[in-house]
Amino acid sequence: MKKKGIVQGIALVLLMSLLGACSGNNGGNNGNNGTPTNGGESSPTVTAQAEDSGNSGGKYAMIFKNTGNPYGEKMMEGFKTAVEEQGNTVILKAPDQPTAEAQIQMIDELISQKVNSIAIAANDADALQPALKKAMNAGIQVLSLDSAVNGASRAVHVNQADPDLIGRTLIEGVSEMIGGEGEIAILSATSQATNQNTWIEVMKRVLEEPDYSKIKLVKVAYGDDLRDKSTSETEALLKSYPNLKAIIAPTTVGIAAAGKVLTDKGLKDKVQLTGLGLPSEMAEYIESGICKWMYLWNPIDVGYLAGYTADALVKGTITGVLGDKFSAGKLGNDFEVIADGDATQIMLGAPFRFDASNIAEWKDVY
Amino acid sequence: MIEPRVLAHKLDFSWKRFFLQWEWMLVIIFIAINVMNINLSEYYWDYDNLRDAMMGFLDKSFIVLPMVLIMILGDIDISVGSIVALSAVIMADLYTMGVPMVLAMLICLAAGIVCGWINGMLIVKYKELSSVIVTLATMIIYRGIAYVILEDQAAGGFPEWFSFLGWGYVGPIPFILLAFVCFAILFYLLLHKTVLGRQIYAIGNNANASRYSGVKVDRIKIFVFVLAGFMAAVTGLFLTARMGSTRPNIATGYELEVIAMVVLGGISTAGGKGRMIGAIIAIFLIGFLRYGLGLINVQAQMLLIIIGLLLIAAVMVPKLKIKRTQKLRKT
Amino acid sequence: MESRNVGSFVMPMGQQTQANKNKRTISSYVVQFRELGLLFFILLLAVLIQMRNPSFLTWENINDLITNTAILSILAVGMMLVIITRGIDLSIGATLALSGMISAMVVSHFPQVHPLLVLLLGTGIGLVCGGGLGYLVAKIGILPIIATLGMMNVFRGLTYLISDGKWVSAHQMTTSFKFLGTGTLFRINHLIWIALFIYLIAYYFMGHTRTGRQIYAVGSNPEAARISGIRPERTLWLVYVIMGGLSGMAGVLWVSKFASAQGDTASGYELSVIAACVVGGVSIAGGVGKLSGVLLGAILLGIINNALPLINVSAFWQMGIQGSIILAAVLLNAIVKRGVDRNHLMRRKV
Repeated sequence: MKKKGIVQGIALVLLMSLLGACSGNNGGNNGNNGTPTNGGESSPTVTAQAEDSGNSGGKYAMIFKNTGNPYGEKMMEGFKTAVEEQGNTVILKAPDQPTAEAQIQMIDELISQKVNSIAIAANDADALQPALKKAMNAGIQVLSLDSAVNGASRAVHVNQADPDLIGRTLIEGVSEMIGGEGEIAILSATSQATNQNTWIEVMKRVLEEPDYSKIKLVKVAYGDDLRDKSTSETEALLKSYPNLKAIIAPTTVGIAAAGKVLTDKGLKDKVQLTGLGLPSEMAEYIESGICKWMYLWNPIDVGYLAGYTADALVKGTITGVLGDKFSAGKLGNDFEVIADGDATQIMLGAPFRFDASNIAEWKDVY
Repeated sequence: MIEPRVLAHKLDFSWKRFFLQWEWMLVIIFIAINVMNINLSEYYWDYDNLRDAMMGFLDKSFIVLPMVLIMILGDIDISVGSIVALSAVIMADLYTMGVPMVLAMLICLAAGIVCGWINGMLIVKYKELSSVIVTLATMIIYRGIAYVILEDQAAGGFPEWFSFLGWGYVGPIPFILLAFVCFAILFYLLLHKTVLGRQIYAIGNNANASRYSGVKVDRIKIFVFVLAGFMAAVTGLFLTARMGSTRPNIATGYELEVIAMVVLGGISTAGGKGRMIGAIIAIFLIGFLRYGLGLINVQAQMLLIIIGLLLIAAVMVPKLKIKRTQKLRKT
Repeated sequence: MESRNVGSFVMPMGQQTQANKNKRTISSYVVQFRELGLLFFILLLAVLIQMRNPSFLTWENINDLITNTAILSILAVGMMLVIITRGIDLSIGATLALSGMISAMVVSHFPQVHPLLVLLLGTGIGLVCGGGLGYLVAKIGILPIIATLGMMNVFRGLTYLISDGKWVSAHQMTTSFKFLGTGTLFRINHLIWIALFIYLIAYYFMGHTRTGRQIYAVGSNPEAARISGIRPERTLWLVYVIMGGLSGMAGVLWVSKFASAQGDTASGYELSVIAACVVGGVSIAGGVGKLSGVLLGAILLGIINNALPLINVSAFWQMGIQGSIILAAVLLNAIVKRGVDRNHLMRRKV
C-alpha cells in the first residue's frame, strides 16, 4: 500500500508538470507569446517562459479589469499590436473577478518577472497604490489606461476622452433628444467605479447651467454591471417616474439592458436612451431607433496608444511630466502630456458618436 | 467481551497508516506543485519572490484558522468576507473622522467580535435555522452596513507605520507571515491540545450526545463564531494595510476561497473530522499554485479550470483508494 | 381537544380516522401550514411596499416581478432536490452561463435552428454537466460542496474559453430566439408558463412517484434507504442530473430574455437560489422541503429585487435592507414553525 502511495505521488508530479506545460502553451496565445517581428511568424508552441531574452527588447505588461470583457479584449489587442510593432514582448493579464485584490496579486507576479512596464486599467483607484509604488521602486514604469489609478501610483494616465467632454456630450445629446426639457435618470454601473462617478459628477455640474435648467435629474440608479440587476433597476425607474423622458447609461451592460427593457415595453420615442455602449451590443437598438445615438471611443486605439506610451516611458522619451511629447505609431506624432488634477494624462481624442448611419460598419468590430 | 487483539491493533503504530494520511497526500501534492512551478518559470525559485508571494495570499489565510473550527463543529460561516469589509470600513471611517489610529484598529477588532457574536447568538437561539441561512443573511447585512457607512468613497490616508502590517519585515521575515505563524500555532494548540478542542470535535460528531454529556454546546458555538469574526477583522487590518485604503466592496468572494482551502485540508463539511495542519498546508498549496501559474501568465480562465480540477482530483484520489479497499474487504 | 374515555380505549381504527377526518377544517389546515410565517411575511411586506410606492401592486409591475423571478424559481426547484439529499450545488450559475453561451453561439452561427431545438440543446448541455457532477458526488463519493465548487470553476473557465472573451449580442440572435424569452401566450410571459409547467411536474414527481419519495428517503436517512432497497447512488446521481438540466434550460431562457450572452453571466447567482430554498423552509440537514415553501421563497426574493429600487431609498441602503428582510423572514418563519410544530405535537398527544 505504501508503494502504491509513492507511485501515485510520482504520477501526480508528472501529471502536474504535464498539465502546467500544456496550460502554459494554451495560455501562451494571450500570454507572453510575443512574437518578434523580425521572423514574422507566430509560433504557438513556444513553451511558456517569461524570458524571451534572446530576441526582444523589453517586456511590456497590461492588466485589465476582468476577463471575458470584449471591450477589454479589444484594448489588449491594440496594446499587443503597439508593443509588437516596437519589437517587444507583451504580457496580457486579467483577473476572473473584477477585484482590486486580484490585480494586486497580478502586479506582484509581474514584478517578479521583472517586466519593464505595467499598464493597468484599475478596479480601484487607490487600493493599488502600495503595490504600484513597489513596482515603480523596482524600476518598472507604471501607467494606467481607461480606468485610472490615483496620481501617486502612476507616471501618467492614458485617457480615452476628456471626462468633462464625455459628460457634456452626453447631456447635450440628451437635451437634443428630449427637446430641452423633462425628467432624466442615469443608470450607472457599480457605486464604486471611479470613472462612472467622475462622469456623473460632470453631468450634474453641466445640468446646473442655464441652458439645461428645464431638465431634471431624478435618480442615479446602480445596475452593478449585472444584466439582471440593470434590467430591474430600469423597470423600476420607468415605474417610479412615469414622466421620465430619457435614460443615460454610461456603461455597456447598463445601456444594453435598458435598451432591451425599452424594446420589450414598446417605449420607443417615449423614453430616449443614450450613453456609452459597445456597438455590437447596441446595434440592435440603434437600428430599431430605441437609442438614437450613443457614444464610445475605439478601445483598440486606447490600447495602442498605451503601448506606445509605455515604450516612450521605458525609453525615457517622456517621463510623465507636463509638456512631454511623443509619437504613437499609426495614431500620429503629436501626443502631449497634459494635466489631470494634480497628476498628468494623455488624451486620445473626443468621444465617437454611433448612430444609425455608421453602426453597421462598427457592430462587428467590437 | 472485547477482543484484546482488536485493541492491540488500534494501539499499534503503523508507518503505513501514518503516511497514508490525508495531510501527507497534501504534502506530496505541494512538493509536486513546487517542482512544476520551478520547471515552468525561472522566476519562481527566488527567495524574494516567494516571500512576496506569501504576503499576497496570507491575508485571507487568517480566516482559514477559525473556519476549520467552525466546520469541524458542523457549521459554516459565509459572512466572513463581509465582516472583513465592515470592520475595515469602520476603522477607516473612524480614522478619517479623527480617531487615533491605534484606537481605530482596536475598534476594528471589536467590530469583528461583535459581528461574530451576533452570528453565534442567532445560530444558537434559533436552532431551526442552519448556519448557512443565518450567515447568508448576515453576509448581506454586514456588507450593506459597510455600504451605508462609506457609500461610494474610499477611505485611506493612514499613517506611514500602518503599512508595515502588510508590507513590512521583521528581519528577513515578512511581518504578516510572522503574525500568521503565531495565530496558526495558537489555533493548533487550541484545537489539538485543549479540552475545548476535544469538545469541538465531540460536538461535530454528535451535538446532542455532547450536550447530554455536559458539554456547553451553545457557549462553544458562540465562542467559535466570535473567533471567526475576530480573525476576519484581523484580515481586515492586514488587507487594508496592503491596499493603503479601503472600500465597502473589498474581500468579495473570500468565503468560497476560504472554504475551498479548508475542505482541501481534509476537514469534512459534515463535521467532526479534520486537522488544523491539513488546512495550513492547503493554504500554501493553493497560494503557491496560483503564484506559480501567475508567473507564466496563465489566463484567468485556464487558472479557474486548473484550480477546479485540482480540488476535485485531490479529493478524488483517496476516495478511489478507499473504495478499492472497501471492495477488497467485502470479499 | 377531544377527550378520550378510558372505556373507548379499544376504538377500531376505522372509526378513529373518521373522527380525525372531520377535524380537517380550513383553519386547522392553515395552522398546520409550516410556511405560514413566510406567507404572512410576504403579504405584510407587499402592503408596506405598496404604501411606500403605489406602483408596486399594479398589474404591470407584478407581471415584471413574476417574469424576473421565473428563472430563479425554476432553479430553486432543482436546488430543493439537491438540498433535500443533504447536498448543495454551487455550480448552477456556471452551468447556466456555459449552456447559455453555447446556445447563443449556436443561434448566431446557425440562425435557421428552431429556438425550441436550441432550448433542448441547452438543457442537454446542462444534463451532461449535471451528470458529470452527479458521477463525482454519487459514484466517487466526493462531498457535494467541494465537487460543485471545483466544477463551478471548471464550467466558468470553459465558458470564457469557448466564447474567447467575446459576448453574443442582440443583433446576432434571431427574432424567434429572442421571442422565447420575451414572448407572451395569453398575455402571460413564456417564462412564467415554463416555470408553472416545471412546478406542476415537480409536484407530481415529488409527491406521487416512487423516485420522488425515494429522494426524500435518501435525504432523511441514506443508510435506512439503502437497507430498504433504494440505491442511494442512483438517486443522488439523478438529483444532480435534474439540477443540471434545469440550469441548462435556465441558461437558454436567460440569454433569450436578456438578449445577450456574457462570460460572467449569473456569477454568484447560486447564492440567491440557495437563499430562496432555505428561506422557503428546505432544511440543509436534508430530508425536509416542500415545493410550496420553495415557491414562496423565490417569490420573496423576487419581491425584494423588484421592490428595492421602487421604495426610493438611497442606493447604498439597498443591500442592508435586502439582508434584513431575508433575516426577518427566516426568523419569523422559525418562530411560526415552532408554534406550528408544537400544534402538531399537541394534536398527537393522547
